[in-house]
Amino acid sequence: MGRETAKAQQGTAYTVEQLVAFNRYNPDILPDLENYVNDQVSSQTYSLESNLCLLRLYQFEPEKMSSQIVARILVKALMAMPAPDFSLCLFLIPERQMEEQFKTLIVLSHYLETGRFRQFWDEAAKSRHIVEAVPGFEQAIQDYAIHVLSLTYQRIPRTVLAEAINIEGLALDKFLEHQVANSGWVIEKSQGRGQLIVLPRDEYNDPILKKNTADSVPFEHIAHILNNLS
Amino acid sequence: MADHDEQRLQPQDLGYDPNFVPDSVKSFVVHLYRQIREKNVYEIHQLYEASFQTLSERHFKDTPWPSVDAVAQYVDNDHVFCLLYREMWFRHLYARLTPTLRQRIDSWDNYCSLFQVVLHGVVNMQLPNQWLWDMVDEFVYQFQSFCQYRAKMKNKTEQEIALLRQFDQAWNVFGVLNFLQALVEKSAIIQILEQEKEGLEQFTANDGYDYNGGSNVLKVLGYFSMVGLLRVHCLLGDYDTGLKCLQPIDISQPGVFNIVIGCHITTIYHYGFANLMLRRYVEAIREFNKILLYIFKTKVYHQKSPQYEQILKKNEQMYALLAICLSLCPQSKLVDETVNSQLREKYGEKMSRMQRYDDEAFAMYDELFSYACPKFITPSAPSFEEPLVNYNQDAYRLQLKLFLYEAKQQQLLSGLRTFLKVYSTISLAKLASYMEVDEPTLRTILLTYKHKTHAVDSAGKVISNADVNFFIDDDTIHVVESKPPKRFKG
Repeated sequence: MGRETAKAQQGTAYTVEQLVAFNRYNPDILPDLENYVNDQVSSQTYSLESNLCLLRLYQFEPEKMSSQIVARILVKALMAMPAPDFSLCLFLIPERQMEEQFKTLIVLSHYLETGRFRQFWDEAAKSRHIVEAVPGFEQAIQDYAIHVLSLTYQRIPRTVLAEAINIEGLALDKFLEHQVANSGWVIEKSQGRGQLIVLPRDEYNDPILKKNTADSVPFEHIAHILNNLS
Repeated sequence: MADHDEQRLQPQDLGYDPNFVPDSVKSFVVHLYRQIREKNVYEIHQLYEASFQTLSERHFKDTPWPSVDAVAQYVDNDHVFCLLYREMWFRHLYARLTPTLRQRIDSWDNYCSLFQVVLHGVVNMQLPNQWLWDMVDEFVYQFQSFCQYRAKMKNKTEQEIALLRQFDQAWNVFGVLNFLQALVEKSAIIQILEQEKEGLEQFTANDGYDYNGGSNVLKVLGYFSMVGLLRVHCLLGDYDTGLKCLQPIDISQPGVFNIVIGCHITTIYHYGFANLMLRRYVEAIREFNKILLYIFKTKVYHQKSPQYEQILKKNEQMYALLAICLSLCPQSKLVDETVNSQLREKYGEKMSRMQRYDDEAFAMYDELFSYACPKFITPSAPSFEEPLVNYNQDAYRLQLKLFLYEAKQQQLLSGLRTFLKVYSTISLAKLASYMEVDEPTLRTILLTYKHKTHAVDSAGKVISNADVNFFIDDDTIHVVESKPPKRFKG
């Protein structure tokens, strides 16, 4: 993306946020909000507030709903996990507006909410047309997977990791090299059972580090580290 | 807040004459008018709350008050007083009778006129907080009532349908939200609350009243409108935006919101409910606990007030919501002993059933949620196409479905908790066999537990709600106390 495009998009983003802040209940901003959804998709940015505002306008005037836009909003919300954004969006979509493609996304969300990554990647592969329309989808889900795994495991078998992030073989080797170099991961060899990956310790997977105060590791911090993927 | 949905007798059946003004009513409006002009807030409050109730009981049990046209002559035909009188007139109507569509539309018109007068800043009165809260509360209530009414298209007469088509702006969702938002903005209440933190304003210290000869009406209506917006957004299922609307009010501090008991309860009820739907169970538990304790200690003082019934109802509903939260997110230290014993008494048995996660458990979740939830609405205009249907339950059914869906996703976690409380370490293989699942499934259950007990707040921070925690080292689970045990230190 050229610098000019990025700048124009920044300009658009600033205006839309203001639009939402000062015109929250104004039906005239609907086209701007729809354009903004498409901007979010192409520039890999995200605004929950603006998307909820749009879903609300659709709820008030259902004849104006665009299925494609709603599907894109739902995909972006999935990508925001572990935040509950996907549920927030569903609360605003009346049953009468429910469509097949939304139901597929609900199934995908269900798998992610219940840690069933293998089933998720299988189902996502069948719904390429929906998920490939949004750049950054795969990476966002991998970030989420690593987030949950990091809360849970101190040492995780390679096969479990591979299944969760849907990377195997040489690609996985390369990925692990990167994490070792940049994120403090360590690889151990377990007796005859393949590699064990040692994840960085924090208060969620290590009792010694858990404090009684409200100090917690911001998710963005973890996500930022993980964004240095090939 | 009041709940008036049953059909009652129409006033004409009882010989109602809108032009007849009993002496006691004449005296009432004359006094009220004078006290308002003289800005005697205490006297206004007495007349507004006590006298109005007494006269209603004595003369207007089943009929409306005299029409505004009949009383206007006693109050110099004062435009603003007439708007206030009409607001009380309609509120009384909704409480005792079933409004016709025409009356609903007229009430909307009255609110429009009243709010517009206030927004233009020409009002020079000081009104009691109770009255100002009742205005906002009733405005949202009538909106909710209208949406419920409109959604029952099946038995509408041709006349009603014609009126609905013609007056499509009445109680339109955009109109309602924009009025509330306009009151918030025009009053600059958000900036006032900000400046108060720096000692530049005395709003809360003065209970919202203006001691500089000005009016409290716009400011306080603006303040209460933030709670009104929270409520409307909850009715629409938009919990995140609802909480954002409330954000300028710090509910952990005393404020104008807890001066009027009805406002206090409405605020916390919706705040707690929104947090429950956002899966921030600990936050919901904390706030429900505080207010339930408060109600327990203070309800005796409200026994004679017209709000008493509503206070009791919301009290029961919040116990139900607390039972739900604690079943989804067990916490041993957040609930006060008094509240806990009340909770055990009301819902002890149901809670133990909810924590079993079988079909019966979901029937319990359904029952409690349905009893305690807000009366969700469909905000869009009705379809006038044949066949006409009733869709007034649609919004509620959607929220219930999504809530149960979430509860179902946590299905096996209760079983997991039981085992985690018993073992300090256990292999995945062994735990899988005890729980009668295969290892890959157990791994997904463990991940689900971690995901569901670690909420992400609005700033992106991860917060653990887990009362029992663990980590996995290769193929062994190590259980962790929620506070680090001493032997791990040093």
